[in-house]
Amino acid sequence: MTAFDAAVLGGGIMGSATALNLAWGGMRVAVIEKRALGSGASGVNAGTLSLQIKRVALMPYAIRGKELWATTAKRLGVDVHYRVVGGMTLAFTEAEAEALRTRMAERIAAGAGAEMITAARAGEIEPALAGERIVLASYSPLDAYANSSVTGLAYRRALVAAGAEVREGAPVTAIDRAEGAFTITAGGERVVARRLVLAGGAWLKGLLRMVGIEMPIHYRVNQVAVTERTRPLFKAVIMHALGFLTLKQSDNGTVLIGGGWQGFGDPEAGGGEVDAENLVGNLRLARYAMPALAGSRIVRSWAGYEAHVPDFMPLIGPLAGVDDAYVIGCVRGGYTQGPYMGQLLAELILGREPEMPLFNPNRFNEARAAA
Amino acid sequence: MTAPGPERFDLIVIGAGPAGASAATEADRAGLRVLLLDEQPAAGGQIYRPLPAEFSPREGRAPGPDLRAGAALRAALAGSGAEARFRRRVWHLARGFSVFALGPDGVERYAAPALLVAAGTHERVIAFPGWTLPGVIGLAGATVLLKSQQVLPGERVVVAGAGPLLGAVAAGILKGGGRVVACVDLASPAEWMRLAPAAGLRPDLWGQAAGWTAAFLRGRVPLYPRHAVVEARGPGRVAEVCIAPVGGDGAPRADAPVRVLRADSLCVGHGLVPATEMTRALGAEHLYRPDEGGWIARRDACLRTSVERLYVAGDGAGIAGAVPAALRGRLAALAAARDLGRLAEAEFARKAAPVRRRLARTAAFGAAVARLMALRPGLARTVSRDTLVCRCEDLTRAEIEDAIGEGAREINQLKSWTRCGMGPCQGRMCGETVASLMAARVGSREAVGQWTARPPFRPVDFEALTGDFTYDHLPFPPTAPA
Repeated sequence: MTAFDAAVLGGGIMGSATALNLAWGGMRVAVIEKRALGSGASGVNAGTLSLQIKRVALMPYAIRGKELWATTAKRLGVDVHYRVVGGMTLAFTEAEAEALRTRMAERIAAGAGAEMITAARAGEIEPALAGERIVLASYSPLDAYANSSVTGLAYRRALVAAGAEVREGAPVTAIDRAEGAFTITAGGERVVARRLVLAGGAWLKGLLRMVGIEMPIHYRVNQVAVTERTRPLFKAVIMHALGFLTLKQSDNGTVLIGGGWQGFGDPEAGGGEVDAENLVGNLRLARYAMPALAGSRIVRSWAGYEAHVPDFMPLIGPLAGVDDAYVIGCVRGGYTQGPYMGQLLAELILGREPEMPLFNPNRFNEARAAA
Repeated sequence: MTAPGPERFDLIVIGAGPAGASAATEADRAGLRVLLLDEQPAAGGQIYRPLPAEFSPREGRAPGPDLRAGAALRAALAGSGAEARFRRRVWHLARGFSVFALGPDGVERYAAPALLVAAGTHERVIAFPGWTLPGVIGLAGATVLLKSQQVLPGERVVVAGAGPLLGAVAAGILKGGGRVVACVDLASPAEWMRLAPAAGLRPDLWGQAAGWTAAFLRGRVPLYPRHAVVEARGPGRVAEVCIAPVGGDGAPRADAPVRVLRADSLCVGHGLVPATEMTRALGAEHLYRPDEGGWIARRDACLRTSVERLYVAGDGAGIAGAVPAALRGRLAALAAARDLGRLAEAEFARKAAPVRRRLARTAAFGAAVARLMALRPGLARTVSRDTLVCRCEDLTRAEIEDAIGEGAREINQLKSWTRCGMGPCQGRMCGETVASLMAARVGSREAVGQWTARPPFRPVDFEALTGDFTYDHLPFPPTAPA
């Protein structure tokens, strides 16, 4: 069995982007995915590419990530329906307006490219909004979205073209290390690789345990719903001052509704499940912002897992105590930043200086800390 | 939306066809507090669908056997203490069990420790060129027109496909004064004859069979056994229907002569598929059983699924026909009563025994009919590459095949890549064609898998789902740090 230069465990956007950059950098790479590439959060998130809702500390990464999405069709060979449509964040109460002012001041200073606008201006830009309910808004003409459901297809095509080995339907059951190489058992087969990249998304905790590392990784279960095709109602991505809404209408007329309303479920037990009360809550907020949605029908809703550690900052870098093993995950706003985060980690693994600093993944390493 | 909390029952039954209505009646007899939900205005399901209240049967005509059986089912239900609520669309289920329905006054929430799903079937139509033309409707849809609305699908109708709906639709059209240009049947006379031994145990069916035969002879309906529709042609709507002889797997023979029939309507259906979205959503294990219609929830002899206190009955649990459906509904209700500790073991055995005996007598015929309606793999295989397969998203066979060729391993991956199944039909119209095409490439329907069930089970009206609310009372979720 010939050894790969690197095995990437997890075929979401983090793992796929890392693997693709490693392959482009000349490494022999295997991507091992329990289901299908992009079948987790990377493929079921709402596809929002807005700098207005990004954390200030991550803004430089989000800016670079969004730039990469803009060129994805060319780089990966699949149209991911990247559309620059502008984005608007709405406050419906005085308290929300205050929160929006404070947050946006920081984010604009960090480069979000947005400006504060009046309710009247918001209504001019998007006449379908309930203008009389808006107290204050922010707007960025740069905000965009892409169709997350083709994430897997895009990366799969690019990985195959780059000569990477893609193994889908192969859940990892064991990771053994001997003689300077990792042997990964997945889907009843073995893969040997000199380097290991753990990129399991919501399933990262279990992968880390296989190399003896315990980390306090938790997850949120974010819900999304979609309407059937309906007449053109609006163009911009519509968001909420406190982050409870994302609303966008695709070219095909469907309206995608998200905002981090929580479903339930356990990644180890299966897919996330929709909480009906929270679905209705999310839809009510959407209708409050955009009354014309009442005339459409909801076709589908779903939930995806988003992993995080207590400080909600990423884990990206080499794992302490396991030579040649790396981790990438827990990136809040991971869809936007994933392509860039993967590129940064690949730069490190390829022996280059990453363009921006990584995120020490060992700050929560409970097993090592206790030892 | 549910300020007062859910309304609680011992058992909730979804679907008021023969299985669900019989189950509710039986569970009530066993002392359970039962709720029966259905989206139609009355019990009876598709087979025993009553005339709308505003309609009166034509003078001088005795009601047919289905109307009589339906009336008996409805009378038994009305005489029981089961709570039946109609015009309720169940759109979501949660383990435990919570049932979310959309009723005349908006979202309703119910809860019960036991749940029986008797959701029936949807029709399988394997794509063929022209199947999306106006004037082409399903056989099941045609029975709704005929039974509920007493409307003819057209004036010159081709009836085509598989199974007993062929006879029912053709006879209904003749009865309504329409003309059946042809009855195009995938099955051979020999396949129908295989029903005879099983039908011998079901004298209740002889009258119906005799009635259809007489109607066909009177109406001089040309019969085309072992034939399939290979194309419907316009312009604008159906004007011509092309048929050709086929083999046992439904594929037209290579040298087959194509016959062109002039018609203004085509009623076509290739069998019925159990509706499993509810049991899938609840995580029950499913098995692919082509002779019972396709994917079905794994069930024991008392209709228990792999999920505790979740039961299935009726054709949604595997195609078996109306009489076995009712019996399986009763058996499932008895099992639920026993599992809830409301029926002692001995009492359960005493009550279940006669139901099981009748089920054993009637099951053979149901199974034989289900086999007639089983998917014929040659149908999809011979569809041309430019035929529209997913009509919601405008995808041709070629586009589906290209995605499979690029490596889509199972049906949900295909859905992500192509949008196939993402439209308002939620994969019901295209699913069987797509899965058939995919199975031919990846080896089996088991490998192809099933669509992941996601709420709502059917598209629901945004306004009804959101109802009346105030901004101040929106239950905002906890947030991640900004």
